[in-house]
Amino acid sequence: MKMNLSNKDIVLKAKDKLIKKVEKLGRPIKIMEFCGGHTHAIMRYAIDKLLDGYVEFIHGPGCPVCVASMDRIDLAIELAKMPNVIFTTYGDLLRVPGSYRKSLLDIRSEGHDVRSLYSCLDAIDIAIKNKDKNVIFFAIGFETTTPPTAVLLKKAKEMKLKNLFVVSNHVMTPPAIRYILNAGISHIDGIIGPGHVSVITGMKIYKEFDIPIVISGFEAFDILKSVNMILDQLINHERKVENAYTRAVTEEGNKEAQKLIEQTFDVRDTFNWRGIGPLPKSALKINKDYEMFDAEKVFDVKLPTSKEHPLCICPKVIVGKAKPTDCKLFGKLCTPENPIGSCMVSSEGACAAYYKYQRVELCM
Amino acid sequence: MCLAIPSKIVEILDNNIAIVDTMGVRRKASLELLNPKPKVGDYVLLHVGFAIEVLSEEDALESLKLFEEILRYEDELKQ
Ligand code: SF4
Repeated sequence: MKMNLSNKDIVLKAKDKLIKKVEKLGRPIKIMEFCGGHTHAIMRYAIDKLLDGYVEFIHGPGCPVCVASMDRIDLAIELAKMPNVIFTTYGDLLRVPGSYRKSLLDIRSEGHDVRSLYSCLDAIDIAIKNKDKNVIFFAIGFETTTPPTAVLLKKAKEMKLKNLFVVSNHVMTPPAIRYILNAGISHIDGIIGPGHVSVITGMKIYKEFDIPIVISGFEAFDILKSVNMILDQLINHERKVENAYTRAVTEEGNKEAQKLIEQTFDVRDTFNWRGIGPLPKSALKINKDYEMFDAEKVFDVKLPTSKEHPLCICPKVIVGKAKPTDCKLFGKLCTPENPIGSCMVSSEGACAAYYKYQRVELCM
Repeated sequence: MCLAIPSKIVEILDNNIAIVDTMGVRRKASLELLNPKPKVGDYVLLHVGFAIEVLSEEDALESLKLFEEILRYEDELKQ
């Protein structure tokens, strides 16, 4: 693939080609981009506006911070409030409000030790330097983020660390796709599949789905290429899994990473997702060999009954039932600086992406 | 969380840690998820401080060129 075109030129050239294909098909189509990174890219390059009236993008549940349910955020807050604890997690999660409007950042300003990590392995250094404290790493993320947590668990065991604990909130992509397709939320003609999840899992996890799925990279040309491939499938009455991100994704995926996940995690019977609710066999728990590091087993925390903010429609936004702009609070009471719901916190969240790239409309 | 920009391995330290260069920014990355192990000069994809895949040099350079163009394009928009 040799290209001397800028992203802008590619976008404009592709527009005409794609619109011709939609016209050939004879109806507008709806595509769900599963991953929050894709939502972000679609908004950044205004691909939704470019194809307005022809291709509608339904934003999927692939934003890890967004799908963390209220009871998990409450759990994080209760753990962080325990005496003698250094609580660590990935940056975005710190700003998500729990049931009682407080976030981990608020807990930190009350004097609790809450830290954000770039790499989960940093928790090891913190544990070594603070032997008198319990260091908890609150792990979130899809298949891409699970192998790093697996490495952390293995190292903690090798090093015989006694003061490092992990909460697994790791979730899996296929059960969420299955849910979206079976719940009858909205008719979807095709799916843009997650790029970096697939780097780990490989293409093989999508075989079961009877709908056009194209795995995509994160650039404008990647997304346009994927839309083009979905359109070709629809025109030819095909339903297959295709790879538009061949520079990173293979059929089998990263086997080393898969092996590490198998060695450290088991599938949970069920797990609560924001917007979806309890979803069977959709998440991972730390397995028996590593249970001494499982914070959920070691610490006994009582959780308050969790509740969503009454006006935040994040649960609907996550499963593509509503758009951020349908929310009364969007851009007014809820902004990235003062987020009410998780979808406005993470840069992969649909509300944050709309806010960042559609501000112009808001001002008009 | 996802960083789709290819990063070049410039040095390999002990404990499977490498120094990588992402468009001029240097940082540490764990090579723990890659088998066989990459070498200095290889391009990798990074995610939360871990290299998750090795990219072919041709693909990596192609994407880097695009990233630079995007940045230039966005700068133009800002002016
Ligand atoms: S704009 Fe804010 S309050 Fe509304 S759905 Fe999004 S996150 Fe929730």
